[in-house]
Parts: sequence; structure tokens; C-alpha cells
Amino acid sequence: MTPPRPRQTDEHPDGIDLPLDPLPGHSSRGRLERVLRRGEFAVTTELNPPDSADPEDVYNRAKIFDGWVDGINAVDASGANCHMSSVGICALLTRMGYAPIMQIACRDKNRIAIQGDVLGAAAMGVANILCLTGDGVQAGDQPGAKPVFDLDSTSLLETVRIMRDNGKFLSGRKLTTPPQLFLGAAVNPFAPPYDFRPVHLGKKIAAGAQFVQSQYCFDVPMFRTFMNRVRDLGYDEKCYILVGVGPLASAKTAKWIRANVPGIHIPDTVIKRLEGAQDQKKEGKQLCIDIINEVKEIPGVSGVHVMAYRQEEYVAEIVDESGVLKGRRPWKREARADDQRVAERLEHILHDDVTESQVDMVKTAH
Amino acid sequence: MVDTQPTVTQATLVKKAAPKSDYKPADVSPQRRVQRSYTIRLWSIRHSRLLEWFYSRFADAFLLLHPLWKGIGYGRVEAPIKFVEKRVKGLMFDCRMCGQCVLSSTGMSCPMNCPKQLRNGPCGGVRANGNCEVEPDMPCVWVKAWEGSRNMVNGDAILNVQKPVDQSLRETSAWLRVTAQAAATRETASKEVA
Repeated sequence: MTPPRPRQTDEHPDGIDLPLDPLPGHSSRGRLERVLRRGEFAVTTELNPPDSADPEDVYNRAKIFDGWVDGINAVDASGANCHMSSVGICALLTRMGYAPIMQIACRDKNRIAIQGDVLGAAAMGVANILCLTGDGVQAGDQPGAKPVFDLDSTSLLETVRIMRDNGKFLSGRKLTTPPQLFLGAAVNPFAPPYDFRPVHLGKKIAAGAQFVQSQYCFDVPMFRTFMNRVRDLGYDEKCYILVGVGPLASAKTAKWIRANVPGIHIPDTVIKRLEGAQDQKKEGKQLCIDIINEVKEIPGVSGVHVMAYRQEEYVAEIVDESGVLKGRRPWKREARADDQRVAERLEHILHDDVTESQVDMVKTAH
Repeated sequence: MVDTQPTVTQATLVKKAAPKSDYKPADVSPQRRVQRSYTIRLWSIRHSRLLEWFYSRFADAFLLLHPLWKGIGYGRVEAPIKFVEKRVKGLMFDCRMCGQCVLSSTGMSCPMNCPKQLRNGPCGGVRANGNCEVEPDMPCVWVKAWEGSRNMVNGDAILNVQKPVDQSLRETSAWLRVTAQAAATRETASKEVA
């Protein structure tokens, strides 16, 4: 029997999957809120949702982030393409002690379904919810689907906030136990109307946003202008701002994204830099690290959200090489004492030559 | 700028496999098919200040007529008022008769014309030229709303967080609802004074 391992920061002593003790001033019992409120530079990332019914696919995809991120976004059919649902991914991740950030998109569910999902998610131990509008159905592989858009991201934020703070559904019916959640929203400072965007952030804060994750930032001067305005309005003190960053695989991909994905702004200088490089993939990663190093110095930035779609293996390297964690180790899944016992027993069954028939088992049984 | 894509996505395959015929609908979203041109809508946004001034007079006149509406019965006047409202607002703003008009909070740009029907601000997909993500030819409703609101006296109403649409009020008269509500608040206010 192995001795109990030392407890990690932000971990429940009785089990990794249990919600943390409530702290004063905290609205959730999750790890991400604790990290941000302690003033540490947070790192979140995005899990590429599998097109399968195998839980191992989710665990394997989460494993590569182990020890490098404070939260994992469980995307809700991003780009209007069908994948495993965010509720399902969160159910799997919370079981293993991960801190998922459940995304809710308004495209697929009306207010009845969304409020039910919020309660279900909170019951499973989801502590963070990110409220999104969602891409239009025309963007995905099922353009014939009915777009719902019953709520929008801001009214969704307000709905969840009412559930948490007032303990009520939108209809006014009481909840016996309100969900304890840390609420997030998305901002895109890189799309018009540019001068409305900071004000729009304020609107989301008024509706309940406690943290925001931004769209991919490739244009640091543009982001800096946005942040200046945000600081003038004092919004950086009311919510934690996480900048979206990510590696570009090549100049060709960058051009394709710029032409086909609305809302992602990639300046020409970035494409030129990629084109001029020997190894474009490596340059894309370096570019991402350089951007992180620039944005982390901007006052009001509380963390980064690393989106490395289909390049998830680079997240650890990017976080490591940019040094944003400053030696801090985020929570990491480790084998528990009982896992060890199961492994030993499996070893015995699989490799030691034991051929035990039912009859033998009865004979040896007392 | 458009480059060939390195990997073909399923979405592209689906689009390519869609049955081809001589008839190809012009617009992407059904919302746009209802209203094909938006010249008048854009005029209204450019003249948002004038319309704001006009609407406040108009709302006062409607409130003055409250005893008349009440006398005849709001239920009876609903049909003719709705008939006029639907046509006038339909022409001016491409109104969708959601029944809870927020035009004065959105720079006279009707948010129900947004393919996602967003009532609190633009989504993150607005194109660099200010056009809609879903409808590449249509200017984003919220880009226009912000422009319109900057011309208005009470343009900062765009900062209010709007409640989700009550779908049960669709195809009802927002004019009458606002008038009846204003009359009710006026009555409670006068009672409190007395």
C-alpha cells in the first residue's frame, strides 16, 4: 500500500472530484476562481471535443494539459459542428477532478433546456460557465438545422446570475439549492463596431460576467487600445480578462482563417512573418509565445486562454516557454492509492499465469 | 486573399453535396428572405434623432388618447392599431412584430433583423467591413445600431441590458402596450402623491 501523496493546492482532502470549501467573496467552489482571486496569472485552454461515445477519448485529450492549465473549456458544438456535448464532457471531466469551463451556446437550446442544464452541470461539480451566443447554423455541417437563439449571451448571463444570486428560475419559481458558479463571457475586441466593444463588455459585466475570454489576439496594438478604454471605464477591476491566443500552423492556414472564419482578425505582418520562416509550424508557436509575452504585461490582463485547435500538444510547451506560470504548478491529476491497487490487481490478472476456474474459487473460498 | 483550404471540412462537403438545380435562393437566412432590401431601414437609422423626437411626441399623443382606448376597449382597438403599426414599422424598420419594441434603445435599428436576433449587442462574428457573419451582403444590425444611437439624445439607452424576448407577445401591438403601461405608472404615481 502506497502512502497518501501530499495534497495539491486547491484540492478537496476527501477526493479530487469534490467541490472545494466555500471561501468568502467567492461565488463558486472551483479552482479557477481561486487562482484568479489570488491574483495569479491564469491559464485556460480548450478541449477539442471528440466525435465518439468513448470516455477515454475525452480523458486522453484532457491528459495532455495535465499540470499546465487552470481550466479546460468544454466547447458547445463550436462552429455549429456536431460533437460530444459540453454537458457530457463536463460530466466526465469533473469525475476525474478537472476544472472544466462549460460553454453554453444559445444556438441550440431554449431557456427551458439551458436552465435545466445549468442545474445539472452545477450538481455534477461544474464551477465555471461561459455564456456564448454561438455561431450561426450556416457555418457548420448541418446548415438545415433550426437556429434557436431564444436568449442571447447577455440575457443568458443574467439568467444564470439570477439563478445563482436570487435562487430563482427566470419565471420566478424558487430553487431549493441554487447553483454556485463563476460566470464567464466572451469578448471580441477585433471586430467592428470597435468603439462599442469596451462598452459592450461593461454590459456583460452588468449582466453578471466575472471573467471574460477574448477571441484570438494576433494584433497586440489593437488589443492595447481596447484595454486602455476598458481601464478608463474601470472594467478591469470588475472582471478578470483572459486573452485568447493560439499557434497558427502555417501561413496558408492563417490566410484561410482570415478569409473564412468571421471575427478573427489576422494582420498582414503576422502572415508575412509566417511566410518568411523556414519551419512555419515552429514559427507559429513562437509567434504565439511572443504575443503572450506582450499581452501579459498589459495592465488589466489576468490570464491567457490558449486555443490550439488540433495542435493541443503544443499547449504545454507554449505555457512553459512563455513562463507565464512563474514556477507555479496548476492542479495535476495523479494516481490515487486505490488506482494503484487496481493497477496491481490488473497486473496480476493479466500477466501472472492464473487460470482459476469457478470450481477452484469455490474450493478456496471460506 | 481567398486561399485554397488545406483540409476539407465536413461543412464544405455538405455544402457541395447539396442538390443543385437552376433555382438558387439569393439569401442565406430565412430572416432576410422576408425583407429583401434595407434602404429604408438604413435611412431610418441615419435619421434616428428625428425619429426619436417624433416618437416621443407620438407616444405622448397616444397616452393622451388613453381614455379613448380604454373607452372603446384596448382589445377592440388592437386589430386596427396593429394593422397600421405593422405596416408603418415594417416599412420604416423592417419590423418583425416581436411586440416588445426596443427601437429607442437600439439606435432605431430593429434587433430582430439580426439573424441571431441579438438584443444586447453584436456577436463576435462581425466582418471587418461591418457586415453580418450570416448574411455577407447585409450591414450588421448592431454596427448600425451603434451609429444610430450616437445621433440620439437618449442614445445611451443602448447600454441597458435587455430581457429575453417574450415569444408569447409576438404579433401584438407594442404601441398599445407601452401606452397602457405608461398610463398605469402615471396612475400609481398620482395615487402616491395624493
